[in-house]
Amino acid sequence: MNIEALLFYIFSSIAIVSGIMVISSRNPMHSVLFLVLVFCNAAGLLILLETEFLAMLFLVVYVGAIAVLFLFVVMMLNIRITELNESILRYLPVGGIILLIFLFEILSVINGDLVPFFSSNLFQFEADNIILSTNLNTILWSNQIDPTSNIEALGNVLYTYYVYSFIIASLILLVAMIGAILLTMRKRVNVRKQEIFDQVYGNINSQVRYVS
Amino acid sequence: MIYYIISWVLEILLIVVPLLISVAYFTLAERKVIASIQRRRGPSVVGIWGLLQPLADGLKLLVKETVLPSNANTILFIIAPILTFLLSLLGWAVVPFGSHTVLSDLNIGLLYIFAVSSLGVYGIIISGWASNSKYAFLGALRSAAQMVSYEVSIGLIIISVLLCAGSLNLSKIILAQESIWYIIPLFPVFILFFVSALAETNRAPFDLPEAEAELVAGYNVEYSAMGFALFFLGEYANILMMCALCSILFLGGWLPLFPVLPFTLIPGPLWFGFKVAFMAFVFIWVRAAYPRYRYDQLMRLGWKVFLPLSLAWVLFIAGILVGFDWYPLY
Repeated sequence: MNIEALLFYIFSSIAIVSGIMVISSRNPMHSVLFLVLVFCNAAGLLILLETEFLAMLFLVVYVGAIAVLFLFVVMMLNIRITELNESILRYLPVGGIILLIFLFEILSVINGDLVPFFSSNLFQFEADNIILSTNLNTILWSNQIDPTSNIEALGNVLYTYYVYSFIIASLILLVAMIGAILLTMRKRVNVRKQEIFDQVYGNINSQVRYVS
Repeated sequence: MIYYIISWVLEILLIVVPLLISVAYFTLAERKVIASIQRRRGPSVVGIWGLLQPLADGLKLLVKETVLPSNANTILFIIAPILTFLLSLLGWAVVPFGSHTVLSDLNIGLLYIFAVSSLGVYGIIISGWASNSKYAFLGALRSAAQMVSYEVSIGLIIISVLLCAGSLNLSKIILAQESIWYIIPLFPVFILFFVSALAETNRAPFDLPEAEAELVAGYNVEYSAMGFALFFLGEYANILMMCALCSILFLGGWLPLFPVLPFTLIPGPLWFGFKVAFMAFVFIWVRAAYPRYRYDQLMRLGWKVFLPLSLAWVLFIAGILVGFDWYPLY
């Protein structure tokens, strides 16, 4: 077993176990922390796939920002630990259906060589192997090196072919942000605020006066 | 295989042990510098000029009793300082000390450092929550909110530097500064970065989390002995990390002051050390010189001043690079 396969099994098994712990642990704080563990292991899996840029973005965005917000909300909510003993079977039908759909989608997406019993191009794959093994001497090593890094490849595609999708996605995020700000904004009256502009730009005549 | 593993462990130890020693002597330097700014003598009893003081402090913390509060969440309470300490060490894996002296020359080194420093919030939040104490909880909330909000502007500043360098690889960023250090063309960005780094590491004048007038000591009130020592080491290692990042991004890392003879005789890692030490001195200087911010002022500065300003700098630098056709080739 090579070290990459070993790392893959370590990361994915920790991810699965902590994913189960997310929904089964009684303390919501522990759930969020296990969720963070799932994210970290997913980042490890992404590094194994040699998509290191996506892995780092995963860490920065999901672990560094979103999960911290989750943690804040859960800490503030003050949920009792004991009130979470509802029946697990209540959500089983809906959850089971969603699980089956996901399983089907993943199995239909996965490449044939990972799940050979489910694939139609099994024999094609073996034929490719044979062709590869017959002319071993003709590997062009210059083709095996990729000079572009992850970020350059992503940037070259993202800012040229998909520039409209990129801008539209950013506009959607902007609208969502403005909506959230608008929902939580309320005008308060009779609040004493520090007017920093007035303080900085006032001179001694406007700020200091004789009382008597 | 076994030689590979041994050399691997030795390489890691060669970074971690000098780092811990430098953290210990950074605390001594802080006490000495602040003492001399306030016209005192500072630690001068243990060893000559107090040079053995950090070792004595470490020994004291080591032999003290570890107190586990009975209402605390024990597992998380123990994990939190370990997490903080480990995360503060992780970032040093990609720091280039000399022109080929780096443990791991990542292509996304800058992003890696950013990701690791964004994970540092967890140790603080977990410790504050697990202590089950109001002061620790309030301190943790403050500290986490402060770190999250200043991380945004640090990210934008990093973007504006890497636009100029054209790479996320730290060695390439330093090599891009061979003709001129980025502190000269990007001086306002440097100031923004330095102030954000002060806030990110919870240093004075932004040391709201341990405002001893309001909160007792912030998120680590309940910790004693080695738990406290690990938090302390983690915090100071983070400060040194920020100093190293400052000198990599703006002060040209291992590059000499001028590429002429008397300066090039000094080896690169020594130059890097000088720059990190200078930045650390400025951190201490700021602590001795400025009073503490109020919390709403801190948040206002982060969100209403630094975020728009750094965003504007990103646009401005990108515009100049495109307009004059100066963007770096990769």
